[in-house]
Amino acid sequence: MGLISIFANFWLGKLNLQALPPNAIQWFGAILMLSVPIGLALLLTVKKKWKWLYKEWLTTQDPKKIGVMYILVALAMLLRGGADVMFMKTQQSISVGHNMGILSASHFQQIVSAHGTIMIFFVAMGLMFGLINLIVPLQIGARDVAFPFLNATSFWLFFAGMILVNASLVLGDFAATGWLAYPPLSELRYSPTVGVDYWIWSLEIAGAGSLLAAINFLVTIFKMRVKGMNFMKMPMFVWSVLGSLMLVAFAFPILTVTLGLLALDRDLGTHFFTAGGGGNMMMYVNLIWAWGHPEVYILVLPGFGVFSEVVSTFARKRLFGYTSMVWAIGAIVLLSFLVWLHHFFTMGAGSDVNAFFGIMTMIIAIPTGVKIFNWLFTMYRGKIRLESPILWFIGFVVIFTIGGMAGVLLAVPPIDFQLHNSLFLVAHFHMMIVGGVLFADFAAITYWFPKIFGFKLNEKLGRFTFWCWLIGFLTSFIPLYILGFMGATRRLNHYSASLGWQQLFIVSAIGAAIIGLGVGAQILQFVVSIIQRKNNLDTTGDPWDGRSLEWSTPSPVPFYTFARLPHVTERDAFWVAKRQKVEDKRPYEDIAIPKNSPLSMVIALGAFLLGFGIVWHIWWLAVSGLLTIIATIIIRSMDEETEYVLKASDVERLDKQYRMQTKTRETKLAVEV
Amino acid sequence: MSQINHQPVDILVSTHQPEQVTLRGYVIGFGGSIVMTITAYLFARYGMLNKPVMVALLAFLALAQFTLQLVYFLHLGREFSPRLKLLVTVFMMIIVFILVGGSIWIMNNLDGRMMGTKVMIKYMNSQDGL
Ligand code: HEM
Ligand SMILES: [Cu+2]
Repeated sequence: MGLISIFANFWLGKLNLQALPPNAIQWFGAILMLSVPIGLALLLTVKKKWKWLYKEWLTTQDPKKIGVMYILVALAMLLRGGADVMFMKTQQSISVGHNMGILSASHFQQIVSAHGTIMIFFVAMGLMFGLINLIVPLQIGARDVAFPFLNATSFWLFFAGMILVNASLVLGDFAATGWLAYPPLSELRYSPTVGVDYWIWSLEIAGAGSLLAAINFLVTIFKMRVKGMNFMKMPMFVWSVLGSLMLVAFAFPILTVTLGLLALDRDLGTHFFTAGGGGNMMMYVNLIWAWGHPEVYILVLPGFGVFSEVVSTFARKRLFGYTSMVWAIGAIVLLSFLVWLHHFFTMGAGSDVNAFFGIMTMIIAIPTGVKIFNWLFTMYRGKIRLESPILWFIGFVVIFTIGGMAGVLLAVPPIDFQLHNSLFLVAHFHMMIVGGVLFADFAAITYWFPKIFGFKLNEKLGRFTFWCWLIGFLTSFIPLYILGFMGATRRLNHYSASLGWQQLFIVSAIGAAIIGLGVGAQILQFVVSIIQRKNNLDTTGDPWDGRSLEWSTPSPVPFYTFARLPHVTERDAFWVAKRQKVEDKRPYEDIAIPKNSPLSMVIALGAFLLGFGIVWHIWWLAVSGLLTIIATIIIRSMDEETEYVLKASDVERLDKQYRMQTKTRETKLAVEV
Repeated sequence: MSQINHQPVDILVSTHQPEQVTLRGYVIGFGGSIVMTITAYLFARYGMLNKPVMVALLAFLALAQFTLQLVYFLHLGREFSPRLKLLVTVFMMIIVFILVGGSIWIMNNLDGRMMGTKVMIKYMNSQDGL
């Protein structure tokens, strides 16, 4: 008996049958979650596609494919986060008075925390890194990123973190502490289950991936721009990404350390954030927001970049105030490290400290305002084509401005004392994140889709999606402002009928359902567009009359990216080149292309085992995970032959072939029409 | 990075010799960092120093390690493209100053507005015991 338990303890740590879901509704979640990988595996086996998947996707080092994988994972996670919303909204609409709703208090808190964590780290970050992978090398005229293997590793670390978060649906539970897990609640004493550990380790792993990716792309932007493209000729998207990645490079180490200290508290009995033993939980709040505020700009800056591209392309004008845009990004990068205390005005600092950070917060609204005006001036007197990317932009301006004004209100400490921790705050930050990040990413997907896949998305369904999102979003979140004023706190799983809040909660839930309709339309849009792709082929490589270098390549972009490196003399290089119409007579040259490698995946597998082992205290597993990582890195460093050379003659042949194909596609299309 | 497809054309990239990267440098950096970390831990755990001396010692060890890593890992002072690195280094210094200085300011301010430990224990005992 004793022996068995020692044995089980060694091999399984804290894992036992009780880790399985305790009730029907959690079983439902677990089965739903498991059905996705099992279904995919079955499909691949039936269609005999495993080898193709492995060769073309899983082992690839091509940023164009890695970008697509990031975005697919992020969209899947958007569905997971959206499913969480459905549970939350149902609970909040019916859990009034005697009715306790469908979820237990703890389960509700887990869902809220999982929603927040997943949306930020696995949806918003994933979409962002996906776009960076797809577009940055193309826009700076580079064939690749600086460190292709590291790039694939970053993606797989992100993937491993994603699996770890979702594993909590099946084994054990998730943190019921909110998405930032403040101590003392998140300390072992008050959260004894594995939930917080899942949270910590999935973020540590995904966060490491983000940091590595940021360094990789910073080097790429600094060192690999094509000849002639100096800093002030870079497209605005690249500038925005540069600002965002500077923030990642400086802010993510803080997150890593803070989570690490919390893990030490939980696993080794240190006292960094416990009151007993001389620790201080307020230090945690201080540190996590020193990362957390820059994080919101990390997410939104690339979104701004997308809108800069979309607006100038669809208004057919060069971007208004390029230089002021660059300075605005610089100002935002610096200022976003000077405002973090506005997330904890109410923690008890004196009026001097609160006033300083309040004023800094109001100041940071200025460069953001500059950018909004620049976009509006770009549109002014432009020949605007009202296609769905620009619709997303208009929706963004409406939502972001409402949310931004609420933000400036919250920057006033006395007002914040009133509204802190309320649904008013929840409404504010969703307007910033959904308006500024999600809408931008949807615009970006529509805009760059033909570049990557060779055909456009269905415009009708795109518009329908947009209107569902806009209307649904406003319906869902305007009531939250009102509820916040009435005193409704965030993460509320039950309230008294006499408060009279139920109608507003129901309106909000209806809004969420309309968004759900929009998401359905989005999925339909992908399906329909793929089926009818012949009608929407992009035969020119330049479907929107674009301005930057990515549009100079054929669509879909060939695996070697640029047959000959573009020639840049001015900003909006492709726009200029199109008008000069000079034929490129330069010779082709050899191109080095990184070979596929499964080792990135192996490193991420090691990271997953390490995380899972620590979560469940299965130490042999954690150690094997760590050793796997170290061994794989050593093996990879020994490999001298990581790339192959595509001969100039082959490049020439492929390039001509590609051009011919495009031509025949074009004529074929003309015949069909 | 291959020789063939990278095209550094930055005006900031000068034609200096690329920096010398040696195994020895990394070993010194790595070993030194570990020694300093363990020293700090041992002093914090077992050192019988009084508070100001301890604080000064830990701060010194932290700064020393910071410098060590800058020199041996980031090769400060042996730059490939001096202006760019200078810019990044200055930016880093500013951020570190803001974060460390800001945190000290905030935590100190919070501390000043709370009752001391002794007073708090007395207060809690006067309520209904700890
Ligand atoms: C798209 C439609 C979305 C809806 C309808 C929605 C709805 C909600 C709701 C109802 C809550 C809980 C509020 C409460 O009672 O405390 C919440 C929390 C949150 N949401 Fe969303 N959300 C959406 C998208 C997003 C996105 C895209 C992100 C981030 C990228 C996000 C990040 C968060 C965060 C961080 C929290 C806070 C979690 C916590 O309190 O710990 N949400 N959301
Ligand atoms: Cu903030």
